Amino acid sequence: MATRTNRAGLTKQQYRGAPSTLCQGCGHNSIASQIIAAAYELDIVPENIVKFSGIGCSSKSPTYFLSRSFGFNGLHGRMPSLATGALLADVTLKGLGVSGDGDSASIGMGQFKYVVRRNLDMVYIIENNGVYGLTKGQFSATAEKGLTLKKQGTNPYMPVDLCMEAVIGGASFVARSFAGDPKQVKELLKAAIQHRGLAVIDIISPCVSFNNREGSYHSYSWGKEHETPLHDISFIPAREEIMIEEAFEPGEIKDVTMHDGSHILLKKLDRDYDPTSRVDAIQMLDENYRNNLMLTGLIYINPGQPTLADIHNLPDYALNRLTEKDLRPSRDALEAINAQMF
Amino acid sequence: MTTAQPSEKLVLPEGMEPVVNDFSITVGTVNGSGSQTSNTTLMRAVFKMGVPVEGKNLFPSNIQGLPTWFTIRISKDGYLARRDEHEIVVAMNPASFARDVADVSPGGVLFYDDSIRLAIGRDDIVTYPMPVKKLAKASGAPSSLRSYVANMVYVGVLAQMLGIDMEKIRFALDFHFKGKEKPIALNMGVVEAAAQWAAENLEKKDPYMVAPMNKTDGYIMTDGNVAAALGSIYGGVQFVGWYPITPASSLAETLNEYLPKLRKDKDGKHTFAVVQAEDELAAVGMAIGAGWAGLRSMTSTSGPGISLMTEFVGLAYAAEVPVVIWDVARVGPSTGLPTRTGQGDLTMLFFLGHGDTNNAILMPANPTEAFEFGWRAFDIAERIQAPVFVLSDLDLGMNQWMTKPFEYPTEPMDRGKILWEDDLEQFAEKFKVEWGRYVDVDGDGIPYRTVPGNRHQRSAYFTRGTGHDDYARYSEDPETWERTQNRIKQKYDVARELMPLPVVYEAEGGAEIGLVGFGTTEDAIMEARDQLMAAGIPTDFMRVRALPCSHHLDDFVRSHKRVYVVELNRDGQLHQIMTMHLPDQAEKMVSVAHIDGLPMTARWVREQIMAQEAK
Repeated sequence: MATRTNRAGLTKQQYRGAPSTLCQGCGHNSIASQIIAAAYELDIVPENIVKFSGIGCSSKSPTYFLSRSFGFNGLHGRMPSLATGALLADVTLKGLGVSGDGDSASIGMGQFKYVVRRNLDMVYIIENNGVYGLTKGQFSATAEKGLTLKKQGTNPYMPVDLCMEAVIGGASFVARSFAGDPKQVKELLKAAIQHRGLAVIDIISPCVSFNNREGSYHSYSWGKEHETPLHDISFIPAREEIMIEEAFEPGEIKDVTMHDGSHILLKKLDRDYDPTSRVDAIQMLDENYRNNLMLTGLIYINPGQPTLADIHNLPDYALNRLTEKDLRPSRDALEAINAQMF
Repeated sequence: MTTAQPSEKLVLPEGMEPVVNDFSITVGTVNGSGSQTSNTTLMRAVFKMGVPVEGKNLFPSNIQGLPTWFTIRISKDGYLARRDEHEIVVAMNPASFARDVADVSPGGVLFYDDSIRLAIGRDDIVTYPMPVKKLAKASGAPSSLRSYVANMVYVGVLAQMLGIDMEKIRFALDFHFKGKEKPIALNMGVVEAAAQWAAENLEKKDPYMVAPMNKTDGYIMTDGNVAAALGSIYGGVQFVGWYPITPASSLAETLNEYLPKLRKDKDGKHTFAVVQAEDELAAVGMAIGAGWAGLRSMTSTSGPGISLMTEFVGLAYAAEVPVVIWDVARVGPSTGLPTRTGQGDLTMLFFLGHGDTNNAILMPANPTEAFEFGWRAFDIAERIQAPVFVLSDLDLGMNQWMTKPFEYPTEPMDRGKILWEDDLEQFAEKFKVEWGRYVDVDGDGIPYRTVPGNRHQRSAYFTRGTGHDDYARYSEDPETWERTQNRIKQKYDVARELMPLPVVYEAEGGAEIGLVGFGTTEDAIMEARDQLMAAGIPTDFMRVRALPCSHHLDDFVRSHKRVYVVELNRDGQLHQIMTMHLPDQAEKMVSVAHIDGLPMTARWVREQIMAQEAK
């Protein structure tokens, strides 16, 4: 039997990376698998993606997928700045960043907020487990108040909600998911990759070694019991015609059209939720935060927001291919400058 | 006109010898009162008269209210270093009046605002009161502008009393106000009224005069930050990440001013991006990201900003990413003496990083050189695939310098060892080895790099500061780590050969004594050499323009009996580096160093060397 390939002519194998060195059962491994699946199903040529990460368990994971993509494992909390400079070098590339709750909600909070503010064209995944894994189990800023951990005692602080921070910061795409819900993770990843601008996905991703006890917010068991999708999400690429089944009542399906003509279809579940309203998003996140809920799905989207490259009036071709004749102004211009000096 | 002829209008008292084009004027004003315009106008008018001139702004870290001084050196002999002596003092600020009066050299002149009713108490100087308030009011300027035009009063009075050409003042104002008629007319009106008042009411009792020469032909006036920005543009800069900090801010601001004019494509799109970051960590992070992805990339900052950038610079060094970092040095920590100058960042830059690092540093001495190093820094950074620093300082960056016009780059751009799709395809055949990001096929320690956007299927690699092998794979293997570190060190032998050579000035007939310095102390050292020569002490002088040290420096040290390393910092940082570099020569190298926040004077250099020589 011939090996199956996608429209880019690639096998799924060609989207993989090195074997994971994270713990068996780590939520991050499941997310890496969904990244591979989403990129394969979207027919993405791996050379068109650039991976970024900071420091921590999450930030090791870009080696475990898309080995044909360039990657930069940077400094703790500083992935956004590296990505900002790098992605302006070639606007035809898509950034895919993987960070963690330690990396983004503490040391990197400033850069997180600013990359949101600048709407850099990249996917920003936070693999959120509530602890520092690589330094063996300290509280992170997303740990719920009252969480008790071995050696650390009880966390006295309210958690930081990175989705709330992103919405308030002016993000153009904000989602939350759960590593134990791979189907939703994959659909959100597809939508995020096709989104033009910064797409934040906060994925609750249990740490099996340091924070997976029953009753803990970031554990598998708590997530499986409490995860409440806002809607049933499916991503339809531009090449496919959307077929909305007639059986749905009006208002039961919300259709978000993206810049390239692809669609995000959101099938209504228990509540009416409009992900194009910042006010609704903040209200929902506030409820989620106060009651320790795990509401997941597409929280906010604005497909038309200008990206950093738009703001800087960059061309649609790669700047890093320019040569001396494009980059060094003329002798005449320098003579004019000298003449303008006093 | 190399010998100046004073204006016939200026009549000196019977028997008084004129002092022409050889004195300093220091103006004391209130910060934020617009005196910068008046001071640069005076300086520019003298420059346009063909007389060598330089201004140093000695200002406080304050927007408005604190005392500030501007000192203008006028020198027929072309000596442009700061002097401690002030033959002429203009006192406009009651708060600094006592100090300003005390600062006048014996036999000097005090011009002062006559509304300051404080005792002068000196009979060894000439004093001229100026009716500043009256003339400012008479100008008809709205009250909101009155304190600004008040400072034009001393421009007019000085022009009259020293013989500064009114047309040159008009020219300077026209330049400053970019040809806008209204402010030019308002300010010129005050200057003319003040000059007329002085002609009618003041009798010349001092010997100081400005007379036209032709010694500024072939020079321009500009500052080092403007020069650095323009040089970077001629180096093809594509990405700038920056965060405001005195005295570096105007470098990035100048990039923002000129890049849109010089670097648009045919559709009006920008072929560059300048991003004001949220802090210095992000500024350098962006610049390193851009450098990694193949852009000519830079940041500009000062010492406290460099501290914040350290972690990222260490990563760029280990991951071998080209980036250019300008350090426009100030004094001390954040809030040290942020508006003063010094050379205290040298060893910090040289050793910046983690583990063993000896960074590449360029050290310009004047704006013309700042322009050249602006473009050259990118060539070096991309060639050695590493951070390259350019160490300027506040004196160079923010003061106006009389300097040679900017020279078009003399060499084509060197983009270094970069591989695009076709290069990569041919690599294995050419070098008989499979390409890997850190494989050293040339034996010079510098591997070939690919950048994101290269669509070749084998172009990608994973960049990290973590230990890695030649193929950029994770590695904690001891032998691999050590071999990589030694290879990186080897790159700096290449850098040594690429760096600008030192400049050498030899005494006629040679000298036993060698002076070594770098950067903006050149003017003071050159003037001191003439003074030392006159005192019977000939000296040779090597101005080092880059680190790591060139072998020319080794030869210079070895060929002199005593070597004084002259610099503007407390501990003699270049001296320290030279001592480590040439331990067998350490005994003959003497540190001559001090730091008080002010540009170096020739007198200080001369006195230090003479004291050492007297030992």
